[in-house]
Amino acid sequence: MALLSRRQALAAMAGFAALGLPWRGADAAPRIERVVSPGGIAAWLVSDRRIPVVSMQMAFRGGAALDPAEKLGRANLATQLLDEGAGPYDSQEFQRRVEDISASLGFDDGRDTTGGWVKTLSRHRPEAFDLLRLAMTAPRFDAEPLERARSAVLGRLKRNGEDPDYLAGRLWWRRMAGDHPYARPGSGVPRTVEKISAEDVRAFAGERLARDNLVVGCVGDISAGELAGALDAVFGALPARAAPWRLPAAPLRALGGTVVLERPVSQSVASFGHVGIKRGDPDYYTAFVMNHILGGGSFSSRLYQEVRERRGLAYSIYTVLNPLDAGGFVQGGVATQNARMAETIAIVRDQWRRMAGEGASTAEIADAKSFLTGSFPLQFDSTDRIARLLVSIQLDDLGLDYLDRRNAFIEAVSGSDVARVARRLLDPAQLTFAVVGQPAGLEAERVDAIE
Amino acid sequence: MPASARAGVFDPRVFTLANGLEVVVIEDPRMPAVVHMVWYKAGSADEPRGKSGVAHYLEHLMFKGTRTHGPGEFSRLVAVNGGRENAFTALDYTGYHQTVARDRLELVMKLEADRMANLAVTEEQAAPELLVVLEERRTRIDNEPGAQLDEQMRAILFPDHPYGISIIGREHEIRALTLADARAFYARHYAPNNAILVVAGDIALDALKPLVEKYYGAIPARELAPRVRASDPPPVAARRVVLESARVKRPSVHRNYLAPGHRSAFAAMPGAPGMAHALEVLAEILGGGATSRLYAALVVARKLAVGASAHYDSGARDDSRFTFGVVPRDGTTAAELEAALDTEIARVLDSGVTADEVARAKRRLQSGAIYVRDSLQAGARTLGAALAVGRGVADVESWPERIGAVEVEQVNAAARAILRPERSVTGLLLPKAAP
Repeated sequence: MALLSRRQALAAMAGFAALGLPWRGADAAPRIERVVSPGGIAAWLVSDRRIPVVSMQMAFRGGAALDPAEKLGRANLATQLLDEGAGPYDSQEFQRRVEDISASLGFDDGRDTTGGWVKTLSRHRPEAFDLLRLAMTAPRFDAEPLERARSAVLGRLKRNGEDPDYLAGRLWWRRMAGDHPYARPGSGVPRTVEKISAEDVRAFAGERLARDNLVVGCVGDISAGELAGALDAVFGALPARAAPWRLPAAPLRALGGTVVLERPVSQSVASFGHVGIKRGDPDYYTAFVMNHILGGGSFSSRLYQEVRERRGLAYSIYTVLNPLDAGGFVQGGVATQNARMAETIAIVRDQWRRMAGEGASTAEIADAKSFLTGSFPLQFDSTDRIARLLVSIQLDDLGLDYLDRRNAFIEAVSGSDVARVARRLLDPAQLTFAVVGQPAGLEAERVDAIE
Repeated sequence: MPASARAGVFDPRVFTLANGLEVVVIEDPRMPAVVHMVWYKAGSADEPRGKSGVAHYLEHLMFKGTRTHGPGEFSRLVAVNGGRENAFTALDYTGYHQTVARDRLELVMKLEADRMANLAVTEEQAAPELLVVLEERRTRIDNEPGAQLDEQMRAILFPDHPYGISIIGREHEIRALTLADARAFYARHYAPNNAILVVAGDIALDALKPLVEKYYGAIPARELAPRVRASDPPPVAARRVVLESARVKRPSVHRNYLAPGHRSAFAAMPGAPGMAHALEVLAEILGGGATSRLYAALVVARKLAVGASAHYDSGARDDSRFTFGVVPRDGTTAAELEAALDTEIARVLDSGVTADEVARAKRRLQSGAIYVRDSLQAGARTLGAALAVGRGVADVESWPERIGAVEVEQVNAAARAILRPERSVTGLLLPKAAP
């Protein structure tokens, strides 16, 4: 049934002073074991036998940003095809086998990683894991599923052309990162998607799916011993090494200003932001707290208060840190009726200046920390969500004891830290807006189209 | 507890307070947290005529404060205690929920009980929130041609029943809503005897009961007006609607059939009471995944479409929809694809589904009842939604068993009863070259 939520589920929410004591809720951290198979393949495990379900998530370092410029969309197409026929099974037979054990299994592409997952009832674990093995080690890339997936991607690209959100995001990335791979659309453009061949997607699988760039997280009804045996069976036949890869560093400055793509819609959509901070930066946690106060905690953030609560300008306004491998970004989004986009942008710019100039108050910082530390463990309420967490901790190289240490990093953030990092990070002159719609009275560069 | 020892899906505990509040507890100690949800048996379909959107507007205003907690304090308290929260409005109900650490349950219970009885909103707070709702409507519907078409199809399928109006409401009616309208809806529907409390997580019934008595038990029951909704005459003709726009870049074909919901499925339709379950199995056979009939025929074998889906919503209180959606491949026209969809529907009506298809679909649906236990929220949502439309806990708990009892002939009979031209609305979303 259709539901309307009070706000879009974007980031967490925060609050102001309330109880005398801050809440420290980390006693909920699940117990993580590092399992190494006889063949030397490592995985992180949270064994929990109370529900007869097993979730395994994996990531291979290197993703869609490595697509050759003339083959944009290759990682996207390849990951869609891995479970469309493998080993002795053609596409329909493979899918039928997955469905008949009520499992779900699939792959996806991110800018920096190639992901995969399987979720199964524990009684069907051997069959499910074996299908995963086949998909990774013996994908067929038959002509029928390739052409079918290509048609589906081309259809989605068309659909994206009517989606102001998608267009605003593309426009912003183009303005922000120019020719850098991050500025390219991960699903490609029609011109490149039409050219991708079976050899291309096969090359992708050969280059990316390997053991030395693999991280695995497994959660649920499985023991360490069972997982150790399964790891060799599932991943043992992958090549030892992925093809070497290197991304150029992302741009360190944004142009600033506003760019508009005209579309006949009643509500304009804006993407905004500029260069941010990488995950390993010593200031990361301070930036995280600062962003929460600025626009991350959608409920009481300054932008939420000024744009939504006080003026009713938007249903959703947010900012997020997007720390990618080759560069970090601070990004945000907002949508408002055409007549009021100029006013909304002025408010965002104003709040950007204010945070950069003054930092945040002691009360704001205390409340942000209280929320960020208390709510963190509560979001991991299912096997697949915990498995994803295990993968991301490994990708970011945070250590097996990260869940026990994470809240201390947040607690250590001080008011002077926030002021310093806001000054370092937020630059109103570089703050770049990309708007799709028919915004009135907005001083901006205009573009006619975006590929 | 091992899976085999379970009697039902969630094994919930239930009790009812003297003031009529129904309480459901799902004890799940996997993490030291609880989900706390209050459901009101009032959704957009319970709005007065001409006041569409008021159920959802009120949901927004419920965060603006009470006589003892100032504007925004509810959310500030939840957040500073590390809690996550949200709310939602649907056709038949409205829900408010928080996820908190186990030892913060009492706090959210106190706050939620407070706003059940003591909402206090000023005109100054209500006015900008109406603008927010209008922006939400633009985001969800006006900026989405597919959602605009669906709104039109719904209006045709339910000409008088309030399911014909989008949950968020019609723009001109939203604009005219007042704080007094929202207050009236609140006074009429928000009462313990019209609500369901669901708590899931690391909490035992014995520990929960005194808290519920303390906070919710103090709120007096109110006299409730019966839930009366306009009804539609039986449909007599197939209907069509075309949305052609330069904004549309990718065409699609949609078909809705008027289908029984909870009450009609169990009472009025021929073939009751198994009709709803038979339709769930039918939707799984036709549209459930990559080996479903529609996907295998239209996308894989005939290469006419890039996507094909079938869906049946068994959760509606009154009549519901059995829906199809297909997206043509380049080179296929919408008309060709609609004809191909009709061919597949005719194949079901003429030859029926097979025993193997039914067995596979039932197995997948039943597995879903195991997966749903993997999330704290999912169980609370499933039970709350069922009770809010008048189903019982036993009904939810025995669902896998009843799905298991569905037979081939019931599926075929359900298909023939529902997939009839006169019950249908066809919608086409078509690009138009800019002038």
